[in-house]
Amino acid sequence: MNNLKEIENFEIDCFLQAIHLRFGYDFSDYAKASLKRRIQYRLQQDGLNHISELIPRVLHDEAFFKRFLNDMSITVTEMFRTPLMFKSLRENIVDKLKTYPRINIWHVGCATGEEVYSMAILLHEEGLLEKTRIYATDYNRHSLELAQKGIFALQRMKNYNQAYQLAGGSSSFTDYYSAKYDGAKMKSFLKKRITFAHHNLISDQGFAQMHLIMCRNVLIYFNQQLQNRVLTMLGQSLLQRGFLIIGDKESLEFSPLLDEFDAIDAKLKMFQKRLVFNAG
Amino acid sequence: MPDKNTLFDAVVIGVSAGGLNALKVLCQHLPKNFLLPILIVQHQLQTEDDFLVQHLEKHCVIKVKLAVSTQCIEAATVYVSAAGYHLLVEEDKCLALSVDSPVNYSIPSIDVLFDSASDVYGQYLLGIILTGGSADGSRGLAHIVERGGHALVQSPEDADVDVMPIAAIKAVTAVNAAKLNVLSLAEIAIFLKELAPHER
Ligand SMILES: C[S@@+](CC[C@H](N)C(=O)[O-])C[C@H]1O[C@@H](n2cnc3c(N)ncnc32)[C@H](O)[C@@H]1O
Repeated sequence: MNNLKEIENFEIDCFLQAIHLRFGYDFSDYAKASLKRRIQYRLQQDGLNHISELIPRVLHDEAFFKRFLNDMSITVTEMFRTPLMFKSLRENIVDKLKTYPRINIWHVGCATGEEVYSMAILLHEEGLLEKTRIYATDYNRHSLELAQKGIFALQRMKNYNQAYQLAGGSSSFTDYYSAKYDGAKMKSFLKKRITFAHHNLISDQGFAQMHLIMCRNVLIYFNQQLQNRVLTMLGQSLLQRGFLIIGDKESLEFSPLLDEFDAIDAKLKMFQKRLVFNAG
Repeated sequence: MPDKNTLFDAVVIGVSAGGLNALKVLCQHLPKNFLLPILIVQHQLQTEDDFLVQHLEKHCVIKVKLAVSTQCIEAATVYVSAAGYHLLVEEDKCLALSVDSPVNYSIPSIDVLFDSASDVYGQYLLGIILTGGSADGSRGLAHIVERGGHALVQSPEDADVDVMPIAAIKAVTAVNAAKLNVLSLAEIAIFLKELAPHER
């Protein structure tokens, strides 16, 4: 039994190595349990028995790799997910953002965009949207295209409306989209300040001069080592006193950032970078 | 019953409809010196997760925590799945969460926890299915048994909702009936009470 498990782990390593060599995507620091589920799912879908059978497939069939990439990038998301976080953002961070003439916000791992549009609505209601530039990035090109379109399933709007209310929405959620066929198209003024871009956290550099970074439910897929590397990069992308928000089930506890940030809301995982005085 | 020398490193519990009461009863009977970690997936609505932790804290003498990503599993602690996330166990015995599609219409899914925990704990895992109205967990429980672990299922007559126990009994029996005990909630509580971590 143990032997089987070892062989399987070995197969996974070989498979990931093949992907890395062939396509430059390094998944070796992704959290293994979830990664294994993804691989097994692909195995089932393709009617194969052993993980090692995926190796020739991925080496010779680029379409297969794209499918796997899609399996790996889990883009499940919602508008105003964790509404109380957005409420706290309004109450505890917005006033501080108001003091800046220009604001830069980065949504890391924006998936299909629901979180970014939620932010745009909040900023609009707080009178900040016009002076903000929002960067929304992901390594999944397909989900970025969907995000750019900004059309979401109509039947989800009722739940989103509830979340919007809980998030402290000050107007009516229906003002922000027009219903067409079975899709809800977000109003274009929300999109004007958003730039969608491809960015891979494993291989690409950070941005600079950010006032606020949201990276929610992305770190959970990484092992601690990769989490620390990414968090360090995000920390460096922030201005002094800039804000970092991670998912409410994620943590800075074991990362080097713990000493560099103060908690604005410890439960909702909202942090502020400490002011550091440079000597000399 | 598994023989007295078959001891465990961890317990996983899957429960759905009727779970608040069933978990309360199990918690009430855990002794102070209970050393194993217990990981629980309770199907629940979004936003309810703090509520479940608080509910169990009232009835448990050992620690109860909400499962958080990368937190490592400690002895004598009950971990409760967070609403809206799958709960998994990593090779290094730390917890992992994932936002993903539902499995068996559920997130968290019992199958997902049971599969990953049995990969890590193998024969030293005890899997328990309690009352519930879905078939989630039966495949995972069979997987635990396949990997040499042991299965307890609340007897259908004793459960508030018998769908989940019936499905679990069927799935495990198809794999290895010798590794299964069907017990009342009170008997499961006694079974847990008598557990201690094995010496290596
Ligand atoms: C579950 S979604 C989170 C969406 C949103 N932030 C939320 O919390 O609702 C995770 C996203 O992380 C992205 N992701 C995973 N690994 C990545 C990487 N290495 N670089 C960039 N994005 C990544 C996935 O493509 C996916 O869209």
